[in-house]
Amino acid sequence: MIPITEWIHLDWALVAIAAWLLIGVAGVFALHSFDWVALRLFPAGAFVALVLFGVALRSVFDTPEVAVLPLGLPGLPFHLRLDSLSAFFLMVIAGAAAGVSAFAAGYFRKGQGTPPGLLCLQYHVFLASMALVVLADDAYAFMVMWETMALSSFFLVIAAHRIADNRRAGYLYLLIAHIGALGILLCFGVLQANTGDYTFANMRAQQLTPFWGSAAFLLALFGFGAKAGIWPLHIWLPEAHPAAPSPVSALMSGVMLKTALYGVLRVAFDLLQTQFTWWGVVMLAIGLGTALFGVVFSAVQVDMKRLLAYSSIENIGLVFAAIGLALLFSGYAMKPMAALALTAALYHVASHAFFKSLLFVGTGAVLHATGERSLGKLGGLIRYMPWVAWLTLIAVLASAGLPPLGGFVSEWLLLQSFLFTPGLPSSFLNMLIPLVAAVIALVAALSGYTMVKFYGVIFLGQPREEKLAQARDAATWERVGMLWLVIGCVLLGLLPVQFIALIDPVTRQLVSAGLGETVAAGGWLLVPVAVERASYGPVIFLIGVGASFVVAFLLVRKLYHGRTRRAPPWDCGFPWQTARMQDTAEGFGQPIRQIFEPLFRMERELPSPFDEAPRYRVSVEDHAWRWLYLPVAAAVERLSRLIGLLQRGRIALYLLYSFVTLIAVLMVVQR
Amino acid sequence: MSPLGFVSQLLEIIVALTLAPLLSGWVNQCRAWLQNKSAPSLLQPYWVLHKLFNKESVVAEHASPLFRAAPYIVFGCMLLASAIVPTLSTDLPLSPAADAIALVGLFALARVFISLAAMDVGTSFGTLGARREMLIGFLAEPALLMVLFTASLISQSTSLTTIVETLAHRDLAIYPSLAFAGVAFAIVSLAENARIPVDNPATHLELTMIHEALILEYSGRHLALLEWAASLKMFAYSCIGLALFFPWGVAEAHAPLLLVLALPTLLFKLAVGGALLAVFETVSAKMRIFRVPEFLATAFLLAVIGMLVRILLGV
Repeated sequence: MIPITEWIHLDWALVAIAAWLLIGVAGVFALHSFDWVALRLFPAGAFVALVLFGVALRSVFDTPEVAVLPLGLPGLPFHLRLDSLSAFFLMVIAGAAAGVSAFAAGYFRKGQGTPPGLLCLQYHVFLASMALVVLADDAYAFMVMWETMALSSFFLVIAAHRIADNRRAGYLYLLIAHIGALGILLCFGVLQANTGDYTFANMRAQQLTPFWGSAAFLLALFGFGAKAGIWPLHIWLPEAHPAAPSPVSALMSGVMLKTALYGVLRVAFDLLQTQFTWWGVVMLAIGLGTALFGVVFSAVQVDMKRLLAYSSIENIGLVFAAIGLALLFSGYAMKPMAALALTAALYHVASHAFFKSLLFVGTGAVLHATGERSLGKLGGLIRYMPWVAWLTLIAVLASAGLPPLGGFVSEWLLLQSFLFTPGLPSSFLNMLIPLVAAVIALVAALSGYTMVKFYGVIFLGQPREEKLAQARDAATWERVGMLWLVIGCVLLGLLPVQFIALIDPVTRQLVSAGLGETVAAGGWLLVPVAVERASYGPVIFLIGVGASFVVAFLLVRKLYHGRTRRAPPWDCGFPWQTARMQDTAEGFGQPIRQIFEPLFRMERELPSPFDEAPRYRVSVEDHAWRWLYLPVAAAVERLSRLIGLLQRGRIALYLLYSFVTLIAVLMVVQR
Repeated sequence: MSPLGFVSQLLEIIVALTLAPLLSGWVNQCRAWLQNKSAPSLLQPYWVLHKLFNKESVVAEHASPLFRAAPYIVFGCMLLASAIVPTLSTDLPLSPAADAIALVGLFALARVFISLAAMDVGTSFGTLGARREMLIGFLAEPALLMVLFTASLISQSTSLTTIVETLAHRDLAIYPSLAFAGVAFAIVSLAENARIPVDNPATHLELTMIHEALILEYSGRHLALLEWAASLKMFAYSCIGLALFFPWGVAEAHAPLLLVLALPTLLFKLAVGGALLAVFETVSAKMRIFRVPEFLATAFLLAVIGMLVRILLGV
């Protein structure tokens, strides 16, 4: 046994992960005790996450550490490796998980279908498997952890399994997860290049031909894209996220999608030795398409968790685009530019983890207090749930990409990396880049629209249902969890310089260049290249707006007065105001439906003007269902019916099949 | 921070605060002349602000603190925006805190807050205004970014001061990329400042109003701050336009004496710009709300063309 003083970071990380598993197992012993699970086990899980967060934070700067676990099959142990890339993602996972676990301590209160103890086991296995995915250093361990992650989250998605819709959503999720896993498995198969050695160390040593390298990349893109929710493999996201309990949606959206991004980065930059520019172009195109698709769909949703699920698709699309840009630069051997784009991608990974988790737990608190997920039945909650409302506001601003919060920094870095693009050797690409920047700007602006809709309809205005007046604010643990996530969002926004210092070792590992030194020279200003070229100082920014706020507030009172009178709303003198006269979620989405009409598959039912009891109905669906999934499903069904012809249900026939098979096999063996 | 930089920064803030209502007054006056009306005094906006500050603020019964904080936040955003746009001098200590992209973010922050505040009271007009404002916002913002990017590509920088210094030192000629960007910018600023043909600042006609619907529930000092912020926004937009397309006459760090000359130059440029705005508003009509996307898409397209011209042809 190694003395505790000589433990490396990897040991500590493994201890933390083991602690998670233990906590999960402890849940099984108290299967139905809510007090025990909620007030002891989940807070303990949050504490373990904090420890893991600290370990990961310290190990970002260290040299890679490796370990071999004597688990797995005989002669096929698990290889683990903690390098900067793993450490960064471990940090994101643990950081978001700490907040979500603390929130979950207050969240799981009454029966959800699955008993609380079992939920606790699934939840912590899910956490542990995500942490191990980023630590795995061979394909075998990676796939085992990847599948554990998919399965445990599947069970979490169907926690309320008495509802048929949830079971359907879980099935869809499992299906897509496995189609994706096939892609990843094949990708590793290509990467090991017939050596039979599936460790990542061996894959790094292989020099693949351009054809096989590209094949591996495309397989990885497909496999990890299915998990990340890239169009057209996104369809499970808007189904699974609303079905799962809110802390689980928070983890899936804020953290699990990131493991897919980790996989893409690991394969494209670490396991594959040479990058080709066209990979970058493909990824850029897919990412932008996904981002635009996600944000447009999210703007028309009427279910708050579906809205957030589509918004996750948008954010993942943006990260994909940034990674694509980094690949493009990397292909042209423009290292500093690749580092800039990669920094933008990783920054967005971290800030999305925090703000999206916060948004999801915020909806969880609303769901708990009101029992409503539909935007049409909410409203005015800022009066009854001030804590949740104000904390969620921070996440909304971050998600809308507004300064001085975290979402803006990554968008800013991304746009900067586009602006420095001219100078690519290919003039065709040079021409495309401004269009790409235009799409990014459009996506960012649209996400602001979506977030105003989300926040305004849920928390502002008049309550659309009477029962909302009884909504209770979040309890202590829920507040603690949300506060931790808020601190993450705010610090990511205000301290980009310090945070980029953490990203620097990762980009050095992947593209052997980093922003660390230039950025550190900027002091409080974020300066990616030189101060004449671009700079952004969120702290000064905040002080500027804040100081004007305070001075204006004080001066008005000093020079004039601060008298206020409360009165009924004015509304152009219109006397009868009811809550139903406010914009509904559908109404808020109407301009988007009109402008981006071709993107949707809409069915409208408009009543005639003479209808006595008019009913207006509009359904907005995804083209992918009709043109891709339903045909595939129909084809699979036809195929299975053909295979079904073999099944006659008679023993004699089955014996005949066995006999024929035996003969055939013998013939093969004979030869 | 050089003492001179500090002085010019302070001067800029004071000039923005004091000149912004004057610019609104000037545009209103020009418009009244063009429409054969007797014009209000040039100082009318100041009297309006004074009157509003004196009045008590009537707040809807169930309005949340967000509603009362929003005017101050919007005012703060607009003030910071006018402080970082180089109008008199390029030697501004606050300028590195926010470049062109952050400036767009600043406008977006103000827009989001005012829209949220409009939704807070929960009246039909408030939410309608919020929706329309966000609609125009998401259409105008990318176009504005593209305009700024065209200028950034020329100067190889997104820092506003560098952009102005680079552009001011170019030869006096028409640059196609900037011409495209200029037209796009004009369209965007009309939309963003709630001017005809996108919105009509002079009406409370319920079916067409956007900006007025947003601030319908405000009164007293809150309304005063929002009105002031609106004129600051117009001032900031004018100054961005001047900085990008007519940057001559702005003092630089190594020539502080020009600061004395910079103010009259600015006044002259603003007077001409305001008069042109009044002419444009007089000769055009308000358009239907769903024509606005086409109008702004034109701006977006022009700005992208400007950028392409710059990248492909280098002019």
